[in-house]
Amino acid sequence: MAAVVAKPRSAFPLTHRITPRRGLLEMDFAELWHYRELVYFMVWRDVKVRYKQTVIGAAWAILQPFLTMVVFSLFFGRLAKMPSNGLPYPIFYYAALLPWTYFATALQTAANTLVDHQHVITKVFFPRLLLPLASVVAGLVDFSISFVFLLCMMAYYHIWPGPAILWLPVFLLLAIFTALTAGLWLSGLNALYRDVRYIMPFLVQFWLFASPVAYPSSVVPGRWRWLYGLNPMAGVIEGFRWSLTGHGDPPGKMVLVSAVVVLAALVGGLAYFQTIEGTVADFV
Amino acid sequence: MTDTAIQTYKLGKRYRGGEIRGRVYLRDSMREWFRAPGKNLRRRAAREEFWALRDVDLRVGHGEVLGVIGRNGAGKTTLLKILSRITRPTSGVAEILGRVGSLLEVGTGFHPELTGRENTYLSGAILGMSKKETSARFDEIVAFAEIERFIDMPVKHYSSGMYVRLAFAVAAHLEPDILLVDEVLAVGDMAFQRKCLGKMGDVSRTGRTVLFVSHNMGAISQLCRRCLLLQEGTVADDGPPDRVVGEYLKACAEGQGLDSKNWDRSGSGRARITSIEVLDSEDRRCAAISMSRELRLRIGGEAENAQLEFSLSVQFASATAVPVLYLYDQFRNFRPSDNKQFLIELRIPDLLLMPGLYYVHVWIGRAGMEDYDYVKNAVSFEVVQGDEIPITLPMTQKLGLVYRPHEAKQLL
Repeated sequence: MAAVVAKPRSAFPLTHRITPRRGLLEMDFAELWHYRELVYFMVWRDVKVRYKQTVIGAAWAILQPFLTMVVFSLFFGRLAKMPSNGLPYPIFYYAALLPWTYFATALQTAANTLVDHQHVITKVFFPRLLLPLASVVAGLVDFSISFVFLLCMMAYYHIWPGPAILWLPVFLLLAIFTALTAGLWLSGLNALYRDVRYIMPFLVQFWLFASPVAYPSSVVPGRWRWLYGLNPMAGVIEGFRWSLTGHGDPPGKMVLVSAVVVLAALVGGLAYFQTIEGTVADFV
Repeated sequence: MTDTAIQTYKLGKRYRGGEIRGRVYLRDSMREWFRAPGKNLRRRAAREEFWALRDVDLRVGHGEVLGVIGRNGAGKTTLLKILSRITRPTSGVAEILGRVGSLLEVGTGFHPELTGRENTYLSGAILGMSKKETSARFDEIVAFAEIERFIDMPVKHYSSGMYVRLAFAVAAHLEPDILLVDEVLAVGDMAFQRKCLGKMGDVSRTGRTVLFVSHNMGAISQLCRRCLLLQEGTVADDGPPDRVVGEYLKACAEGQGLDSKNWDRSGSGRARITSIEVLDSEDRRCAAISMSRELRLRIGGEAENAQLEFSLSVQFASATAVPVLYLYDQFRNFRPSDNKQFLIELRIPDLLLMPGLYYVHVWIGRAGMEDYDYVKNAVSFEVVQGDEIPITLPMTQKLGLVYRPHEAKQLL
């Protein structure tokens, strides 16, 4: 057995002061950084475990938005004759479902993450913030798979992205932040009030119809469209369609409003998360 | 004087009634608000509160091995949870020098679908080990857990013994500067337990600081140089383990069963129970008794006259007030001696109750005619798991209240 000479193994944390409660928004970034590997492991575990014991495995990542796309194309497209900015319905819907599916999945896993990890939370310390963070990052793996599929679909329809695609990372980042923000609020509330678990499906469904997934945001009168940006996913989804296909108008004002809303809510979410983080082990 | 590893100042932790019960439903909070929005704050304050830990001043030197003992609910686990930063204190400050590792429960973060190898890395990361550190100790961990052949199998196919061994091995190889342990040594078979104790000894010999919470007084005395006694959230005693453990057991045994004034009793009072003692097979008073050892109950009292005949019954109730055991013989009558006093001893050769706390109720009277005295919850004793039973996993009252030796025959 390795009898190692006693010495502090890691430079961090050499001393730690444990006090009743931290101030609002007093993030310990050094500590978060120290635990970065844990985020990696959590993401890796989520990805490994997600499609275990399924027959088609990761194909589900494509099939979920694909089937929804088929349904939307049939009912909203063929039957209801929704305008689609001149895009074929499959591309019009899949380009929106790509960020939406990511968002909806990330949001739901993040909202349940504190409750799902209660056995770990009550036994070990680590920055609790890692949990919603890992849920949001883990969703990106599925996102990448179905993104590649979208590119194949676009090639099939002979639609090629223009220079607008350079904006795509910005919209993706906005989607990530939106999911994280909602995840921070909901996971904390869920730890306190299990009602959240039952509200979630309705919330996601309501949010889906409040976002321009099944319809283009051009059905909203131009004057009010910036207000529509109060729903950050509206800016994200329109942004995805625009930057991927070049069709439609750049959703400039809407995205700006979305970004401001998300940043404000994110700061609020971090502050809220911090107030419950220290004692969540007692009531989760 | 050694360097300080842990220092606390007036550390306290308060729980509200609602938080202990666990789930709070939105409905309840909202109802509270709607009924009396203004009163809400006041009512919150009035809600049942209790301090699991209060004003704990503690200094642990670097390299010290400190045992922590106390009854259930004395605040032992709360103290470890605060020091390991699982939860924040309500008041006070604690300062920790060095990396903290905790063995509050093994297997934290294990995922059944992942293999032993994958879980080792995952669990290591959750416990605060970097990938590099886990890799460096990987072979050692696997060898310690004795599961070389199964390391690439999903842990859901492991036997519970293998699972626990791997989980403990990961945690034990964390090699932190300060190790917090909460009775996890009761895992695995006897050979593995010895190995675990050995590992703990190694850890302490390499100059690390260990805080060891246990009900196992033997292990405390064996491993620790210093022992802390917690009582109702405060430090009641602090010193060499032999003294503190001795005092603790004595304090548990004394005081109870003797102070008959405050007993919860009913009955006509023609005869009164004045003392109830729990003794072991060598007539020593004890607060804790091993599962399968003999238990003796000595009941003393006084009657209004020396001719009064009575029978005696005894009930043991579990910590959750479920009556578990009933001792009675309707046709066995007792009579006080000439000085109107009586002292009766009941012997149960093998107790066989599951580990946990039990309360004793004693009744004297004439069956179906008159209750002379009926004393409830006068005495409690704790049953601890002994090594006479062919089970080494920790047993609790949740599994059952009574253990029976039995025969198991394989028929097919």
